[in-house]
Amino acid sequence: MTDIDLTVTPVADHTDRPVIRTTALTKRYGPVLAVDAVHLEVRPGDRYGLLGPNGSGKTTLVRMLLGLVFATSGRIELLGAPVPARVSDVLPDVGALVEGPAGYPHLSGRTNLALIDAAGPGGGRRTRRARIGTALERVGLAGVDARPVRAYSLGMRQRLGLAAALLRTPKLLILDEPTNGLDPRGIREIRDLLAELNQSGTTVFLSSHLLPEVEQLCTRVGIVDRGRLVLQDDLAALRAPTGNVVVRTPDADAAVAMLDGTVRARDGDRLTVAHPDPATLNARLVGAGLRVAAISRERRSLEQVVLESTTTSADRIDLGYAGQPR
Amino acid sequence: MIRVELVKLVRRPRTWVTVALLCALPVVVAAFLATSHLAPAPGKGPAFLSAVLNNGSLYPAAALAMIVPVFLPIAVAVLAGDSIAGEAAGGTLRYLLVRPVGRTRLLVAKLVSVTAFVAISIVAVVATSYLAGVLLLGDAPPAAVGEAGGVTSLSGAPLTPGQLALRILGTVGFIIVSMLGVAAIALFLSTLTDSALGAALGALAVLVTSDVLATLDAAAAVQPYLPTRYWFAWIDFFRDPVFWRDIERGLGVQAVYLGLLLAASWANFMTRDITS
Repeated sequence: MTDIDLTVTPVADHTDRPVIRTTALTKRYGPVLAVDAVHLEVRPGDRYGLLGPNGSGKTTLVRMLLGLVFATSGRIELLGAPVPARVSDVLPDVGALVEGPAGYPHLSGRTNLALIDAAGPGGGRRTRRARIGTALERVGLAGVDARPVRAYSLGMRQRLGLAAALLRTPKLLILDEPTNGLDPRGIREIRDLLAELNQSGTTVFLSSHLLPEVEQLCTRVGIVDRGRLVLQDDLAALRAPTGNVVVRTPDADAAVAMLDGTVRARDGDRLTVAHPDPATLNARLVGAGLRVAAISRERRSLEQVVLESTTTSADRIDLGYAGQPR
Repeated sequence: MIRVELVKLVRRPRTWVTVALLCALPVVVAAFLATSHLAPAPGKGPAFLSAVLNNGSLYPAAALAMIVPVFLPIAVAVLAGDSIAGEAAGGTLRYLLVRPVGRTRLLVAKLVSVTAFVAISIVAVVATSYLAGVLLLGDAPPAAVGEAGGVTSLSGAPLTPGQLALRILGTVGFIIVSMLGVAAIALFLSTLTDSALGAALGALAVLVTSDVLATLDAAAAVQPYLPTRYWFAWIDFFRDPVFWRDIERGLGVQAVYLGLLLAASWANFMTRDITS
């Protein structure tokens, strides 16, 4: 697979109606509020990353989008169709991977793909063999033999699941934890593949608990915490400069004295200075005879954004919290 | 989707192992009969067995009488119990539904697949047991009973080969309908749970209960409504003339069970959250 420049802006047409839109979507399992009034909006061409810890409601949300789980209240629109009422009209255009891949263990990968393709509408019988070949090639299983799926490794199963999602050139990919079980090279391959599909017009919606996965692939991020969508924005906006400059200097004391009042924080030789432009600040410091080891605009990492917008780890159960309905 | 389910049925080794086992039992029994010539006394042991020593052509009916009480219902309960719950446990149910396969379609396809299995099994048993009967027990009965080369009905009158074929066909149809009643119970449980084993055992528990009540005089009030009450009514096909009353009642009871349970399965499956 060739290296693809992931920084290229995707083909996004923001005037189109959203590919996924949910309105006050809520799912309650008994006393537990699994998804709480979520307003999700995924636009055509987005590479949307739904980020949240395990157990935060991501999978329930994905299952509701696909019509597997019925919402307690709220509305869902998928490719313009209301879910679940008319979800079957649009599902042929959606490729999905929900909570890990699955196949009939005693059959080969190709047979599994052929069966799932034959089971529903939108996949022509004459083109099937060719489409299966292309999909397997795309996910890196072109040379797969007649071995039964039972004998596949976790990574191979994951790739097979992705191949099943790609069989009919979907307009929208909904992928729940797509890189589960893959090694670093496999993760990179799948990331490149998703970026490439996105370049050719496929909207990608993925959920993950892995920060780097979302940070490296997605253009738009939603953060889920205990069933609530606490934040939804373009990654570029989230990571916009904060207006501060980070300076590393061995002459930190002198620098603090000189920049008196604009130093926001100091950590050893690392100063955070309220200043719009690193270049001018650098010139000032050097002009005053101070040594500068490193200087750059301060940007928030996605990790900081997540930590600021979430409360506590979802799988952590503290005293006085356990068992209480949310 | 029906085609896909049938492909899945025939490509699954389990299907053929089950069919082979169902066919093996009557063949083993025929071998014992042929070597020992010790048939159970009339009125004892499995139906027809006392008659087949005289004529192997009737052996398919005896073979069906052997597999209907236990073997076949177990196989059907396992298969139908696995139909939805097995897909759920294997994770393939969610992929079928988002493919999309309508939930109603999936249920219908599963039911067709179970029906096909029952038909294949019974036809295989009839064929192998006919061969085993003719080869091991012979088809020329001693002149003592009826005319030479003929098969006698349970009432004593001779049956022509044409009549015999028709009656066996009727029997096959009746047993398929009876087994669909079992399948409906297991299919309903299969939509309730994600455990294929649980659904199969649940269906068998219902059948065992029904069997116990069917022989209990105190339960006479409910006996006409038990799913297993008329399972053996097909034996009446081999009377002369055919004794239709129990056959009709049996079909009626199964039709009611099928209707109710399939409606319940459908209602449950349509509104269920798929979280597997």
